[in-house]
Amino acid sequence: MKIESILATKSSNVVTVRPDLSLKEAVDLMAEHNIGALIVVDEAGRPIGIISERDIIREAARTEAVFDLTVSRVMTKELITASPEDDLETVLQTMTARHFRHLPVMDRERLIGVLTIREVVEAQLDRWQGEVDTLQTQISEGQV
Amino acid sequence: MPPVGTETNPLRVAIVGSGPAAFYAADHLLKHDGLHVEIDMFERLPIPYGLVRSGVAPDHHKIKSVTKKFAEVASNPRFRFYGYVEFGKDVDLSDLRRHYHQILYATGAQTDKRMGIPGEELNGSHAATEFVGWYNGHPDYRDRQFDLSQERVAIVGVGNVAVDVARILCLTPDELAVTDIASHALAALRKSRVKEVYLLGRRGPAQAAFTNPEIKELGNLAGADAIVLPEEAQLDDVSRAALEASDDRATRKKVEILQAYAAREPAGKSRQLTIRFLVSPVELIGNAAGQVVAIRLVKNALQATAAGTLSPIATDSVEELPAGLVFRSVGYRGAALPGVPFNERWGVILNEKGRVMDPETQRSVVGEYCSGWIKRGPTGVIGTNKSDSVETVNCMLEDLAEGSILHPSAPQASKMEELVRKHQPRYLSFADWLRLDEIEVNNGRAQGRPREKFTRIEDMLAAAGR
Repeated sequence: MKIESILATKSSNVVTVRPDLSLKEAVDLMAEHNIGALIVVDEAGRPIGIISERDIIREAARTEAVFDLTVSRVMTKELITASPEDDLETVLQTMTARHFRHLPVMDRERLIGVLTIREVVEAQLDRWQGEVDTLQTQISEGQV
Repeated sequence: MPPVGTETNPLRVAIVGSGPAAFYAADHLLKHDGLHVEIDMFERLPIPYGLVRSGVAPDHHKIKSVTKKFAEVASNPRFRFYGYVEFGKDVDLSDLRRHYHQILYATGAQTDKRMGIPGEELNGSHAATEFVGWYNGHPDYRDRQFDLSQERVAIVGVGNVAVDVARILCLTPDELAVTDIASHALAALRKSRVKEVYLLGRRGPAQAAFTNPEIKELGNLAGADAIVLPEEAQLDDVSRAALEASDDRATRKKVEILQAYAAREPAGKSRQLTIRFLVSPVELIGNAAGQVVAIRLVKNALQATAAGTLSPIATDSVEELPAGLVFRSVGYRGAALPGVPFNERWGVILNEKGRVMDPETQRSVVGEYCSGWIKRGPTGVIGTNKSDSVETVNCMLEDLAEGSILHPSAPQASKMEELVRKHQPRYLSFADWLRLDEIEVNNGRAQGRPREKFTRIEDMLAAAGR
């Protein structure tokens, strides 16, 4: 199963933030959209990093005036992205192994979505549950 | 006026389509505690069950047993089936909005993706789904012609549709004769001269989409030897490293099975089914008469994407595989419905968790929903549609609780029936289908088969007295 099946049932609107915004503004955006991470984009709209609630908490433990810092100071710059053609299982393995909770998805040069670990795990569970339901039906309704 | 969803003011739901996603949604709605709901299901064919009837392979009879569960759903007095009533032709969106509080689209994904290579239009090049519809007796494909006098067949893809097509081409007439395969297909396959069937996968053995039971089944065919080329059964370095790093026992087993096929000597059966890996078609080659005679393949290598998926990249190595019949099975898309927002990128209805979305406002369209393949794309097994439909129905129930539903001017069941009678007087009820079902089963029993299917719409209508 490809991750495009998850993207097909979710909004393609990705909430992005510029690197020169303050953390307070970033936190306000996250609260407004009820999300745990923002994709940081440059002037051309190209993703250049990701900032998550974890990044902010880690920084808050070190810096008293954390909200005055800019997004670029705190964001994760090594951005790993997926493509819609990526396999669900591989993406799940990668996110688990590398402790990613959010994974931006690019279609060629365009940012088209962000997958959360919850969505990926749910999709995998639905997939297994579907197989269980199919087999149970065959056992209960079929001539096994 | 009592609230919608109560005994005297039931929630009226229209479901467009009658495959697994449609029936699972109906089931979940009808079982919801305290909700009084009336469901009308519309199907463009006279008969129900979508791909369970016209997609599942005839020799996989147990998988079709799910229809018993669907018939139970249909036996609920609050459920009504309108067969031979096409959305967009006999009833349209404005009709449904006048008669229902909520509309659910579950129309599936029957359009095949093209390979996008030269020669795809040659005679002898077909979508695998057309062949599947033909052997399963779908009226749309009843009169298609497939040249089974050809000795070599190539199937592009290694998903479950591709595997089904390969298996049906390799089963013996005796094996096919005890299935519910359409009689016209059985007659044609009895005369088949197909000797070699090739399944062509663009990635390696570890990435192939087929399941272990499917691949074992191919290795145990009475009339065909399953062959894997030894050099293609060996894992490349990136696949080996990825497999060693994971605890994916199913994939390890799959590779073991395929390597065992590569190691064994063919038993000399009358047909050969060769499973190829790391090849992509780049051109179909035709003769002067416009008939496909070969398929040009490029060898692929694998390369990991940033997210870890091993994806194919073409090498310089090219080969030609002679084949007089080619089936493509490289993916499927849903078809847009009149008046319903469509997401061209994914080939699905534009939706969020099953709520149809307005592309302009980016808000949900009140009262319209989708489930199944037209919602998420063609993926998963039949049971996957259960959780998918439950997710959509839960959105429908949330919206009902918040009063975000349509306000039909004529919500009475009798008013819709009047309209259907006027627009499509030859419609079939579920009771009509049960009579047709009985006839099919009785006709099949006489030949030692599970059923003999009606394959023409006029025959179905005539049998139902229309």
